[in-house]
Amino acid sequence: MFDKILIANRGEIACRVIKSAQKMGIKTVAIYSDADKQALHVQMADEAIHIGPPPANQSYIVIDKVMDAIKQSGAQAVHPGYGFLSENAKFAEALEAAGVAFVGPPKGAIESMGDKITSKKIAQEANVSTVPGYMGLIEDADEAVKISNEVGYPVMLKASAGGGGKGMRIAWNDQEAREGFQSSKNEAANSFGDDRIFIEKFVTQPRHIEIQVLCDAHGNGVYLGERECSIQRRQQKVVEEAPSPFLDEATRKAMGEQSVALAKAVGYASAGTVEFIVDGDKNFYFLEMNTRLQVEHPVTELITGVDLVEQMIRVANGEPLSITQDDVKLQGWAIENRLYAEDPYRNFLPSIGRLTRYRPPAETKAYAPGTAPGDAGDVVVRNDTGVYEGGEISMYYDPMIAKLCTWAPTRDKAIEAMRVALDSFEVEGIGHNLPFLSAVMDHPIFIKGDMTTAFIEEQYPEGFEGVVLPEDQLKRVAAAAAAMYRVTEIRRTRVSGRMDNHERRVGKKWVVSAQDQDFAVKVKADKKGSTIKFEDGSKLRVSSNWTPGDQLATLKVGGEKLVLKVGKVPGGFRLRTRGADMTVHVRTPRQAELAMLMPEKIAPDTSKLLLCPMPGLIVKVDVAVGDEVQEGQALCTVEAMKMENILRAEKTTVVTKINAAAGDSLAVDDVIMEFE
Amino acid sequence: MKDILQQLEERREVARLGGGQRRIDSQHKKGKLTARERIELLLDEDSFEEFDMFKTHRCTEFGMEEQRPAGDGVITGWGTINGRMVYVFSQDFTVFGGSLSETHAQKICKIQDMAVQNGAPIIGLNDSGGARIQEGVDSLAGYAEVFQRNIMASGVVPQISVIMGPCAGGAVYSPAMTDFIFMVKDTSYMFVTGPDVVKTVTNEVVTAEELGGASTHTKKSSVADGAFENDVEALTEVRRLVDFLPLNNREKPPVRPFFDEPGRVEASLDTLVPENPNTPYDMKELIAKVADEGDFYEIQEDYAKNIITGFIRLEGQSVGVVANQPTVLAGCLDIDSSRKAARFVRFCDCFEIPILTLVDVPGFLPGTSQEYGGVIKHGAKLLFAYGEATVPKVTVITRKAYGGAYDVMASKHLRGDFNYAWPTAEIAVMGAKGATEIIHRADLGDAEKIAAHAQDYEDRFATPFVAAERGFIDEVIMPQSTRKRVSRAFASLRNKKLENPWKKHDNIPL
Repeated sequence: MFDKILIANRGEIACRVIKSAQKMGIKTVAIYSDADKQALHVQMADEAIHIGPPPANQSYIVIDKVMDAIKQSGAQAVHPGYGFLSENAKFAEALEAAGVAFVGPPKGAIESMGDKITSKKIAQEANVSTVPGYMGLIEDADEAVKISNEVGYPVMLKASAGGGGKGMRIAWNDQEAREGFQSSKNEAANSFGDDRIFIEKFVTQPRHIEIQVLCDAHGNGVYLGERECSIQRRQQKVVEEAPSPFLDEATRKAMGEQSVALAKAVGYASAGTVEFIVDGDKNFYFLEMNTRLQVEHPVTELITGVDLVEQMIRVANGEPLSITQDDVKLQGWAIENRLYAEDPYRNFLPSIGRLTRYRPPAETKAYAPGTAPGDAGDVVVRNDTGVYEGGEISMYYDPMIAKLCTWAPTRDKAIEAMRVALDSFEVEGIGHNLPFLSAVMDHPIFIKGDMTTAFIEEQYPEGFEGVVLPEDQLKRVAAAAAAMYRVTEIRRTRVSGRMDNHERRVGKKWVVSAQDQDFAVKVKADKKGSTIKFEDGSKLRVSSNWTPGDQLATLKVGGEKLVLKVGKVPGGFRLRTRGADMTVHVRTPRQAELAMLMPEKIAPDTSKLLLCPMPGLIVKVDVAVGDEVQEGQALCTVEAMKMENILRAEKTTVVTKINAAAGDSLAVDDVIMEFE
Repeated sequence: MKDILQQLEERREVARLGGGQRRIDSQHKKGKLTARERIELLLDEDSFEEFDMFKTHRCTEFGMEEQRPAGDGVITGWGTINGRMVYVFSQDFTVFGGSLSETHAQKICKIQDMAVQNGAPIIGLNDSGGARIQEGVDSLAGYAEVFQRNIMASGVVPQISVIMGPCAGGAVYSPAMTDFIFMVKDTSYMFVTGPDVVKTVTNEVVTAEELGGASTHTKKSSVADGAFENDVEALTEVRRLVDFLPLNNREKPPVRPFFDEPGRVEASLDTLVPENPNTPYDMKELIAKVADEGDFYEIQEDYAKNIITGFIRLEGQSVGVVANQPTVLAGCLDIDSSRKAARFVRFCDCFEIPILTLVDVPGFLPGTSQEYGGVIKHGAKLLFAYGEATVPKVTVITRKAYGGAYDVMASKHLRGDFNYAWPTAEIAVMGAKGATEIIHRADLGDAEKIAAHAQDYEDRFATPFVAAERGFIDEVIMPQSTRKRVSRAFASLRNKKLENPWKKHDNIPL
């Protein structure tokens, strides 16, 4: 076995690889850019080598620099993680030349699967089901229309070198095919410097389901079940699970066997993923093969008990697979939620900055990769992360900061465990998508397992605006708030300097206001907790060990677990749970009566204003009063922390007033300009 | 006999209605509570004891003898806030617009006198159209009587003013002399002369809100210490402030049970100070992570944001915090921030509230506007305030402590009791670049040499150790252990006794 392995990556995946290597007794070497000096992967590795400035194209993906680091460290093998150099055949070649093992497939497999057209041809030859379409390159718009008719509408025009939705068009008729061809071609040329376009059938009600394969260099290969990755936002996966709630055993077997056949056809030897698109009738079509460890690999690990990183390292070391297809058993259900540093309330705008608070839910029994399902109990919580409290989310890399996974014997239990885990996950200092993830976990379509790749687009067309809790949940929150508030008020009466025999007595009756509803309650406290009686006579028992100041409250309310993030507001709390973010007031009946007299303050309509999103300096104003601006047009540039941020128009409108000029220093939410 | 008892209740009923239901409704319509409703929210339930409920004015001019409502437009008395005694007056806008008459003033004076004698804070809820014009000079005399008592009470008992409606003309000077002024957004304003007079005299057209609204006084003038959304929130938050304050200057600041480990380690503080010395960071994170339960009551949050002032608790006991804020003007001292912090330090010293100072200061803000504005004397106020303060003083230097500003920020030389520094501290006369350009003026043309000199200077002086070698820093501490170190420091100072020489009073550079 190797003595030392270098991880040519950063963030959570570098940490993930280090964990398995450490378990195997292999020394680890991290590489890092200037922005990652204090990063978690650097702290976890046995050695760390600096490889350049923050931008990846000057550090992590510069082959020469990584090769230098390998030489310097004396590492015998390199794990590339995902992204960066993981599917770069030149890198694999350079390693081969240097006599260093690449923990990944042979370079030939990377090359043949790297091109969409080539890979599809190989797949067809290996009898893998592919999307009907024309594999050749299309010369002009006329040909595009002709082929579209042959394939049958709707069709998809795709850039051969494409990815991330760029250079893709759907056409439902001749005219759209003609136009789509031209715009795909232009976009592909601009984005990838490669304007080759092909056409294939557009699959309706599509789901994204992929097969994990694992092959060795001795011709053995197995498939480790599938992953359902249909919940995506702009081609970016958000929620994954294994197994898929949609597949039956026969389909799974067919997909798995075809995937292994494809892997063998290209001489694959490592962990790899074959992606399929599956339609509403369970017809599946090959999409592409990812010749690397996939981001969402933990869900497969959780249901199979296989440590994929360990297996990759063993295969790279020339060992034959220790498992056969018969050994592969899918047990229970695993769900992954990707935590992104993206603000769901601001259209998922990336958010950078300092993690002033970062407390993931406790991992079950310090979950170790490769632990067999169920070993850690009925529920497994696993969090793959590359950050820590006090760390910095920089603008240079992927905004994904953690992958939270739960496992349980059934899908429903895994979802429930995920809800609790999300509620317990504390992240402050940056915008993040935790509330959105909570909302998805409670969405009826997700609960039923009926999602397609259009789920987010269709269910959140206007973006995400937070969750309004259902009545029974809101009631439980109200009960918790009443019990907690009473505790804080009693503590306040224990202050020194009070007038003996004339102390304040904290009453039993309270009115809790949350999400525009008022709950009149009576709190009866005893040593073990409180009983909250509502006006309709119903009662909820609340118990917890929460004390004032705790930012996370884990309670039992009416027999059910409730986890709240607790913040301070005058006369109440800010409570966050299940995707809802609430200001909750707890008042005596008299206070509540008087509060009713207070005018409702209408938040100013900011849709016609351009507000400064951060404290900064106006560097440039690009428009003048009276200008008509188009959606996405640059309006002005704000420099903050030496970074230039271009602010753009959110819709087509006319500038009516400009309040700031170049050189002005602005605070957050200062009005820069006004629109019609 | 029963009839007489009955009569009392009847008279009370009438008095409680103040200016009558129609005016009460109109008050509500404006989004304001009545004087009595406000007292209910301010004080513990059923704790209010009223004085002078039946007091009436004696004016006979302009037909005033026809209208003599009981209470005369102000409700006064005492009650408790979380069981601790306070005196309160609440002006009743429904009675003659809350205008101040001779008798109205007498009612306020009575509780002011009692508060000083009995050692309890005075809270004034202001909602008054101004002087009772019908009374003329009697009304003015009344104001002055109140002012005089404000002055005598200053430093003896905490005085808090909440502006909950108009407060104009002479009326502004009573709140002006109290320790804290809070305002209610959209429904309160304060000015010496109103928009009409302004227009007549200076031709300036301005609204009451622009001239003296909550935003003006919290952001521009610094007259107000905070502003709240509405009456309910304002009174809730005043209760919260009172929990931090001692009842008088003979008493220690209050202590209450706390649910936070004094030794709590915050590993994330080790990365609070960024690697680049010119990159700002939010000092409020440090305050929140040091404080019991992360609870911070900020004073003058919206004014001179380059310095932060407010109250926290450590081991349940109130502590005043003064901290430079690197995210605003690099945390420098200037006229506004010096004045803001000086007043806060003096308040703490008056009432034996220990002071925690968190330092990251690159120096005083340079420029003509500062010099013309008298930064020398304004900066001296903060220096003076720190130097004369005899309360426990603990200082933590997180990063920069340059030049005279180092001296000012509760340095050892100003009788700091504990002066800690983080390893990231740079205690020097100025930054490396500036210092190098002066010391090595001859090499100015040679960029390489200057860079080398700057590096030398940085290695030698951009550390806490030169100061530590001299004993100006008592100890260099790990950022993550700040809460523990600071808590223990204050714990050791609980019996601190330090007295300044006798004097009639000092002569702070006002």
